[in-house]
Amino acid sequence: MKENPYQPWLATIEDVREEVGGKRPIKTFKLKFQDKNVQNNFTFLPGQCAMVSLLGMGECFFAISSSPTKKGYIEVSVMKLGKVTTALHESETGDVVGVRGPYGNYFDVEGWKGKNLVFIGGGIGQAPLRSLINYIVDNRKNYGKLDVIYGARSSKDLSYKQEFDELEKRKDVNVHLSIDVEEDGWKKFVGFVPDNLLKVKPSPNNSIAITCGPPIMIKFVIQNLEKLGYTEDQIFTTLEMRMKCGIGKCGRCNIGNLYVCKDGPVFSYKQLKNIYGER
Amino acid sequence: MDKMILLKDDLSKFITELLKKNKVFAPIQSDDTILFDQITRPSEMNLDFCKSEIPPKNLLFHQTETLFKFTPGTKAKIESVDVDEKKVIFGIRPCDAKSIAILDHAFKGDYEDPYFLSRRDNTALVGLSCNKPEINCFCTSFDDSPASSKYVDILLTDIGDKYYVEMNNEKGKQLTEGMSNLFKHAKESDAKKKKEVEKKAVDMISRHQKTNGIVEKLDKIFENPFWKEVAFKCVGCGTCTYLCPTCHCFDIQDESTLTKGARVRVWDTCMNPEYTLQASGYNPRPARTNRVKNRIYHKYNYYPKNFDVIACVGCGRCIDLCPVNIDIIDVVTRAGEVKA
Ligand SMILES: Cc1cc2nc3c(=O)[nH]c(=O)nc-3n(C[C@H](O)[C@H](O)[C@H](O)COP(=O)(O)OP(=O)(O)OC[C@H]3O[C@@H](n4cnc5c(N)ncnc54)[C@H](O)[C@@H]3O)c2cc1C
Ligand code: SF4
Ligand code: SF4
Ligand code: FES
Repeated sequence: MKENPYQPWLATIEDVREEVGGKRPIKTFKLKFQDKNVQNNFTFLPGQCAMVSLLGMGECFFAISSSPTKKGYIEVSVMKLGKVTTALHESETGDVVGVRGPYGNYFDVEGWKGKNLVFIGGGIGQAPLRSLINYIVDNRKNYGKLDVIYGARSSKDLSYKQEFDELEKRKDVNVHLSIDVEEDGWKKFVGFVPDNLLKVKPSPNNSIAITCGPPIMIKFVIQNLEKLGYTEDQIFTTLEMRMKCGIGKCGRCNIGNLYVCKDGPVFSYKQLKNIYGER
Repeated sequence: MDKMILLKDDLSKFITELLKKNKVFAPIQSDDTILFDQITRPSEMNLDFCKSEIPPKNLLFHQTETLFKFTPGTKAKIESVDVDEKKVIFGIRPCDAKSIAILDHAFKGDYEDPYFLSRRDNTALVGLSCNKPEINCFCTSFDDSPASSKYVDILLTDIGDKYYVEMNNEKGKQLTEGMSNLFKHAKESDAKKKKEVEKKAVDMISRHQKTNGIVEKLDKIFENPFWKEVAFKCVGCGTCTYLCPTCHCFDIQDESTLTKGARVRVWDTCMNPEYTLQASGYNPRPARTNRVKNRIYHKYNYYPKNFDVIACVGCGRCIDLCPVNIDIIDVVTRAGEVKA
C-alpha cells in the first residue's frame, strides 16, 4: 500500500507539566518519538500542529507549543475539555501516544525578519504563540523590538510561568502580563487583554501583530490594533474548527473553500476579511 | 480506442471470464433496493435499472473502514491493514463513474489517501450506458451524457441484440485480454446505433439545472435570506449526503478493548449538528440553514474553486430520496436567479 498519512508514529510521554489547575486545567506534554529517524525527520515551524492520539480513545489536533529550535522532542499543551483531552490529562510519564504531522501552515518567520513583533495571547491560544516566541527569542538578532502581551483570569491561570519569569529577565523582550480581576500582590496590569494592548500601545511602524486566544478576545484585539493604526496585512491570527483527519479529506474543518487543517490555521486579517463561511 | 461488439448472449461468458481473475461487483437486487455487491455468477446481476439506490462509491470508499489495528497501552503497537485487491465494478453508470473521478480530487492532493487510491488503482470500471433516465436525472446539465465513456475503462451500451463496447484505455484492454473470441470489431452501423440510443436517452432527460455562473453567484449570496427558505423544511436526516456519490466526509473513531483495537473511519454527514460541534460547546454551523448551505456550497462553489469541477453528477438521488422534497435542481437554479 501507499504511504499512509493516517497512521501515527508512536511517541513516549517524557514529561508532564501542569500549567494551570482549576476547572479547565492545562498540561504540557513532552513527547519523544520512539523511532530516532522519525524524531530527526519531524521538522516543523511555529504555528504548525500535530494530531496526537491515545490509542483506544481517539485523536486531537494541537498546536505544537515547543519551538523547532528545541530539538529531540515536541511539546503540546492541552486544555482538558472532552473525551480525549480528559484521557490525556490522566496520562503519565512513560505512557505512549500516537503522533502524526506536522500539519497546517505556519507563521511567516522568514518574511518577518527585521520587523518588530507584538504577540497578544490569552488562554490556550498561548500554545502556538509560545512556539513562535521561543523561536524568535532563539533567533533574536533577526528581529526588531518584541512585545509579549498575555493575560488570564487570575494569576493562577497563567501558563508557562517559569518561561515568562525567564523572559521578563531579558532586556531585549518586553513582557506585559495581565489578569482580569484584582488580586493581592499583583502589581502588573489588571483588566482584559485588549485593554492591556491599548495601554502598551505598540507602534505599528514596521510591525506585525500576532494574536491567538478565545474568539471574543481576538475580536477586540483586532479592533484595538486597528485603533493603533495596524493595517489588515499587519495582523495575524489562528482559527479553530472541529477536526478529524487533519489533512483536508474528511471535510469537517472547512471555512468556505479552505480547510483550516491544511490551508490554516494561520491567517492574516486581510485574508479573513476576504473569505466567507461560518467559523 | 477500439470499438467492439459483444453479443447479448455472450454477456454471461464475458462475466464468467472476468470472474476467473477478479472479484466482480455488479448491481444486484436486495429486497426493494438495487445496490452493487460482489457476485459469483452472472445470473446474480440485475441490469434492469436506471440507478442503484446506493451508489457504488462504497466499493472504493467504504462506509466503515479499518485504518489500522493497534495494541493500546505502554507497549503500544500499530499494525497496518492491506487493501490491495483486484476488482471489477461491472455495470457502473456513467454518472457514478464520473463521481469517482470527482472523488479522486479529494483523495489525491497534498496528502494521498492510500485506502481509496489503492482500491482505485486496482479497480477496473466496466460501465453500462443508461438507456432509461428517470424523472430526476440531470447529468446533461453538466455537459455529460448517460452514454458517456469518459470516466470508465470499458463502456457497454445496449443497442438492441448486442452491446456496443468502447475500450477506453489500456486498463480496459488488459481486462479483456484473451477474450477476443467474445468481441468482434464494430461496424459503422453499430456506431450509428449507439448514437441513436444515446440521443434517445438524452431526450428522455426532462429536467435541467442552470449552472452558468453559479460559482460566482454563490460568492455573492452567502448571507441571503434565500437559504433560510431553502433549508426550512430540512429535517437533517443526512440521506442526501450518505447517498450522494460525490460526498466524501468521514468521521474517525477508535474501537478498542484493553488489549486490542482499531482506528476506523465511517461516513459522516455535514447535515448533522455534531459534525462541527467543538469540545468547548461552540458550534460554528448550529442551524440547519448553515448546514444545507454548506452542502450546496461544497458542491457548487468550494469544490469548483479547489478542483475546477462541480461536485454533482446529476444522478438525482438526493431528490428522489429526500423525505421533504428538497430539490437540488430547483435550489441551484433559483440561487442563480436570486438578486445579489
Ligand atoms: C488549529 C487548532 C489548534 C488547536 N490547538 C490546541 C492546543 O494547542 N491545545 C488544546 O488544548 N487544544 C487545541 N485545539 C483544540 C483541540 O483540538 C480540542 O480541544 C480537542 O480536539 C478536544 O478533544 P476532546 O476529545 O477532548 O473533546 P470531544 O468534545 O470529546 O471531541 C471529540 C473529537 O472531536 C474533535 N474535536 C472536538 N473539538 C475540537 C476542536 N475544537 N478542534 C479540533 N477538533 C476538535 C477531536 O477529534 C476530538 O477528539 C486546537 C484546535 C485547532 C483546530
Ligand atoms: S448532489 Fe444529488 S444529484 Fe448531485 S451527485 Fe449528489 S446525490 Fe446526485
Ligand atoms: S435528505 Fe432532505 S431532509 Fe434529509 S438532510 Fe438532506 S435535505 Fe435535509
Ligand atoms: S480535519 Fe479533515 S478536512 Fe480538516
